[in-house]
Amino acid sequence: MQFLWFHLMPYKELPEDFKAKHPSVWVDIHSSLFDPARAHHMYNEFLDELEFAAACGFDAICCNEHHSNGYGLMPSPNLIAAALARRTTDTAICVLGNSLALYNPPTRVAEEFAMIDCISGGRLIAGFPVGTPMDTTYAYGSNPSHLRDRYYEAHDLVLRAWTEKETFAFNGRYNQQRYVNIWPRPIQRPHPPIWIPGAGSVETWRWAAEMDYVFCYLSYYGYKMAQNVMQGFWQEMARLGKDRNPYRAGFAQVVGVAESRQQALDLYSGPAEYFYGRCLHVDPRFAAPPGYVTEATQRAGIESQVKLAAEGKGGSGPATNASSATKMQSLARDMKNIVANGYVIVGSPDDVTEQLHELATTLNIGQLMLLMQFGNLSSELTKYNTRLFAEKVMPKLKGLFADWENRWWPRPLEQPQRAMLPAFRPQPAAH
Amino acid sequence: MTEPDTLSIDINGYPTRVWRKGSGPKIGFLAGYGGLPRWIPFLDRLAETRTVIVPSLPGFPGGDRGHSVLDSHLDWLLAVRDLIDRADLAGADLVGSSVGGSFAAEMAAVWPDKVKRLALIAPFGLFDAQTPATDPWAQKQDDVAGLMTARPEIYQALKQIPPGANSIEWPIEQTRAAEAAARIFWPLGNTRLERRLPLIKAPTLILWGAEDRLLPKSYAGVVVGAIGAKAQSRIIAGAGHLAELDKPDDVAAAIVNFMS
Repeated sequence: MQFLWFHLMPYKELPEDFKAKHPSVWVDIHSSLFDPARAHHMYNEFLDELEFAAACGFDAICCNEHHSNGYGLMPSPNLIAAALARRTTDTAICVLGNSLALYNPPTRVAEEFAMIDCISGGRLIAGFPVGTPMDTTYAYGSNPSHLRDRYYEAHDLVLRAWTEKETFAFNGRYNQQRYVNIWPRPIQRPHPPIWIPGAGSVETWRWAAEMDYVFCYLSYYGYKMAQNVMQGFWQEMARLGKDRNPYRAGFAQVVGVAESRQQALDLYSGPAEYFYGRCLHVDPRFAAPPGYVTEATQRAGIESQVKLAAEGKGGSGPATNASSATKMQSLARDMKNIVANGYVIVGSPDDVTEQLHELATTLNIGQLMLLMQFGNLSSELTKYNTRLFAEKVMPKLKGLFADWENRWWPRPLEQPQRAMLPAFRPQPAAH
Repeated sequence: MTEPDTLSIDINGYPTRVWRKGSGPKIGFLAGYGGLPRWIPFLDRLAETRTVIVPSLPGFPGGDRGHSVLDSHLDWLLAVRDLIDRADLAGADLVGSSVGGSFAAEMAAVWPDKVKRLALIAPFGLFDAQTPATDPWAQKQDDVAGLMTARPEIYQALKQIPPGANSIEWPIEQTRAAEAAARIFWPLGNTRLERRLPLIKAPTLILWGAEDRLLPKSYAGVVVGAIGAKAQSRIIAGAGHLAELDKPDDVAAAIVNFMS
């Protein structure tokens, strides 16, 4: 089992009445809520936390891309990954990822990922999300009717840019470049492992399987709600003749560990309520740009609703195929229900171990992404959470799935071939 | 209200619906945002004195997935030109509303021989940062109808699934119409139509709903100004963006008078 420590980098000082006074944390969140001097401290603490997680022995540290978003301060995750590459040595760096269709030309992604791979000595995991509607179509103005085709084409271009030896011309539907020849090139051959964040789209599952990529279900709603999606995924893998190697799949889970269950509730309730109450507050008008969800996925969604209705079953919790912003409309926002619905796993090391074991085995997940800083959780508590997990939980689960080979993990340079990083000492600013 | 004759023509490999009703000189209609999932009273009013021909735009109800192969603005214009020709509308009078209004204006501008006289109902294609158009694609689902017609129930009735229709495909078809409009007009609705309006040679009537909550009425003046002396405008009282739905009699009468 692999443990990936995942930071969303939320702005930690949204006002208490944020949900009542502001329509959305995303797209049109008001600039007056952002204090750059405070963000200076937040970014530096967040980087400290990621580096701390690496030092605690997590297999990877993760960052991702969001735009105009009060709970994700990483428009460019590559900047963060570059900083991390210089302050860590053996931990994989998982950028989950770059929304390919937003880069013009998309070879920018091939270049920047190659830079990170070179700087880090071959430790990069390259994530390629389509990107949420809020990020891509609204914040970036990308056309929802073209987005997926652009994404697939950009993927093909990046892959060729990484693998072809000669300068080539790319004659695409959306991208035309006479001279594609990226410098630098990635250390990992033929290219860094590619992971695809997604949700309940059958097309994405099929494509990830066909390309032999990792599929990551980045849900904020816990493993109980994820059963349908992951069952669908594994059924599709079986149908395609793929094995059940758990490393084909990743899943994100919010986790808070403390000495006891009560202590965990005391420590983590506030930050969890901040996350589900203030961070995941998105105006429903940004839920469904037309064309973002393919017609096949719409059809599957309507058919499953019709089927549930016919069987007399109401939906419990967000529908599998609902868009991310739609799901956010019906969330539990208080700790009692956040826990009851299984969004977060909080408790003693034994509680958490037991639940993560259940998560991993029921969802068949080998790449476990842990959200251990969430909401406004302080840096001190984040590190406490991280260390306790690394000491008391990780060792008990590490051996899970030992029979399977993780073919989707970075293959860095051998130790003697790597650059020595200088010891870092903060210098006072020159006057 | 009786049903029209329905023909199917091929546009870029997609079967495309053409409605035809009435007798007399031909008049074409290109529908607005959301398209026409069913026949509407406005078309009956026109059919009282004219042969009304209504080809579906690519991706709109009756237009299959024709939008999916149109990548550029030129692709769209050539597809609509093909539609005009195959629907037997070349050289006839042409009416377009909203999204369809933008295409009608483009046809008259780029291929003046295709359009005898032109009527535009609140056409898409312009954007003014001082008086911005409302974003039709960033709305709660329940709010869309109120943007399209002065009385929301009129647009809701247009989009209501008829008895016996396929309950899975119907909503997908309505979303497809919004996608097709987005495909050419995302994100601002601005195709720089203003630059081509001066090329229009046909006498042109610009109609705008007094209660248009999508496109500001001030755009009517911009359109008339760009077309010049051949154009005149009229505000339709009690009508929203799709004025032909709110006020079928008034809009049809204004057009028939202008074109006789």
